[in-house]
Amino acid sequence: MGFGILKIQVGLQKQLDEFLNQVSEAGLLFRQGVTLYLLENEEAFDEKLEQITTVEHRGDEKRRSIEEKLYLKTLIPESRSDVLQLLERMDTLLDSCKAMLWQFKIELPDIPEEMHKDLKELAEQSMESVEAIVRSARAFFRSSPELRDHIHKVSYWEAECDKVSIRMMMALYRRDDLTLCHKSQLKDFIRRIALISDKAEDVADRLSIYAIKRML
Amino acid sequence: MLPLFLSSGLFLGWSLGANDASNVFGTAVASRMVRFRTAAVICSVFVILGAVAGGSGASHTLGQLGAVNALAGAFMVAFSAAVTVYMMTVARYPVSTSQAIVGAIIGWNLFSGSLTDPESLSKIVMTWVACPVLAAFFAVAMYVPIARVIRGTSIHILTQDTMTRWGLILAGAFGSYALGANNIANVMGVFVPVAPFHDITLFGRLTLTPAQQLFFLGGVAIAAGVFTYSRRVMMTVGSGIVRLTPVGAFVVVTAHSLVLFVFSSQELSNALRAVGLPAIPLVPVSSSQAIVGAVIGIGLLKGGGGIRWRTLGGIASSWITTPVCATAICFISLFFLQNVFGQKTYRPVHYELTPAAWERVIDMTAEDPTVRERLEDLYMERFADAAQFRDALRTRLPDAQERIKPIMQLAEMDPIRITAEGVQMIDHNYLTPEEIQAVEELSGQAFTHRWRLAEVLAEQSPAWRKRTESNESEAERMRRLKYLFDVLRGNPNGSR
Repeated sequence: MGFGILKIQVGLQKQLDEFLNQVSEAGLLFRQGVTLYLLENEEAFDEKLEQITTVEHRGDEKRRSIEEKLYLKTLIPESRSDVLQLLERMDTLLDSCKAMLWQFKIELPDIPEEMHKDLKELAEQSMESVEAIVRSARAFFRSSPELRDHIHKVSYWEAECDKVSIRMMMALYRRDDLTLCHKSQLKDFIRRIALISDKAEDVADRLSIYAIKRML
Repeated sequence: MLPLFLSSGLFLGWSLGANDASNVFGTAVASRMVRFRTAAVICSVFVILGAVAGGSGASHTLGQLGAVNALAGAFMVAFSAAVTVYMMTVARYPVSTSQAIVGAIIGWNLFSGSLTDPESLSKIVMTWVACPVLAAFFAVAMYVPIARVIRGTSIHILTQDTMTRWGLILAGAFGSYALGANNIANVMGVFVPVAPFHDITLFGRLTLTPAQQLFFLGGVAIAAGVFTYSRRVMMTVGSGIVRLTPVGAFVVVTAHSLVLFVFSSQELSNALRAVGLPAIPLVPVSSSQAIVGAVIGIGLLKGGGGIRWRTLGGIASSWITTPVCATAICFISLFFLQNVFGQKTYRPVHYELTPAAWERVIDMTAEDPTVRERLEDLYMERFADAAQFRDALRTRLPDAQERIKPIMQLAEMDPIRITAEGVQMIDHNYLTPEEIQAVEELSGQAFTHRWRLAEVLAEQSPAWRKRTESNESEAERMRRLKYLFDVLRGNPNGSR
């Protein structure tokens, strides 16, 4: 144990920050991707899809590298398993954002004009919850007193997502101009976008427990 | 015979390493912040450093408790303590080596008919309560501000991790040094007067005295104990009582080291006295008790819910079992050593109110002639051991118990003759020329009581007189007198 550890520790701190940047970036790309899809700007959408795939790839690499270093150097032994779980859960959020954009690309759903505003709102609110969980994770790593505030915001945006998604689905199933098959497909999109905020809330719940465990 | 007798000291050193290293690094290793091997290396190095550099004179209080005066007896005292500590280590309980030694000395006292000084004993027993309480207090007093600072400054989890690791290592090194300095005299102290070593000078600068060489050996034995057997007790201390966070572990080890420091720092004691506060009794304290006290302090601060009271009960009961067990083992083993193996386990100390002693008793009891009258039938009567003489005094002075101790000191027979050979053996680097000259002038004279020699020396030369009221200079005078007695009895190295 010496300056080597100090160097590794500084490097790891940077990597953790970069990993969280990737998650946050994925949220921003997803939001832009949904808007571009609704605007039917296929070229720009493909660009975002490519970007989010790269971001997800980078995120995976960072996570693996962090996990390896934490184990090999037996760093933060008391909180290590919690931190690793947190990283994996955050990575799942990143994956979900990427998978969602790919689903747009694969299924090319036909979204009626009247749903665009709500869908954009849903995507934005879901990504607000992702942003809030990224801020929560940063606060957790720094034992910041703002952690509770950020965690509360995740729950708030998840509740907002629920409201919008229920409103959208009710409106969707009351329409007569769409087939049940079409409704079913759109419902799946709405549900899966809202599910990202649910996942963010799950991470927030775990994070509250990790924070209690770390409490001095 | 010496290597054989020395083996029990090395065994005790090994047991101490196996058991007490857990106090210093247990919480760090159990919380996986420091690897066992790293902990063992640091602990060994600093224990040896502490033993060699700061290990002198820590056994004074034990010396007052009972004066083991034969090598075979010393062997058995160390051996009984070692067996007791070993048994407790196997049972995974952190015990106090001092407690084991105290128990063994009491066993020797019982066997040899010597008295156990109740004052010294109560002083030692008092620290068995004060030490964990003080450690708990220190731990809580440190934990609250440290937790507040960490929360307030929002340190990154990884930075905090590195800082805590360094903190644990530094606190552990400090604790190991204190452990070596405090406990080596318990392990090797009894052998200092008989070690056949001479000064060794290393690299033309560093001189190691025979005592330091002996302490080095003891330190190596402790290190061997750390490496071979300490891991299991570390786990009991580290995670058995209450689960600690790494920061909690750091606080616990630091509080423990501070307690050891407080109870062994002459400077701190003097400083407290200088500002009008009561001085700290300088006694060897148990590092096991300090660590357990600190762990409980943190546990209680967190509401006490996480404390495993059953484990704690086991540890606390082992603190009672340890001295009792050591007493019993020592007493029984001495019986066998003396009667089966024909070894001399103690030098009988007789008691007699000789004319010189009687004169002092008369002076002492001038204001109460009835005391003298009641003791008259004891004049010139010889008692085989301290216990018999004390009982005789007790029946005659049931209402003046406070007089018994000084009368016993006066009546203790400690015949000594000052010879030219004896004077030749005195270390000129330790005693001053004036002191040696005063001894030389008494050549050929014999003394029945130790106090009488001290008195005559004081009459002879101002160098041997009590100069100031300072406890420290008086303690130094006593050390020099003890050294002189040892040398005149034919122990070339003496014990300083």
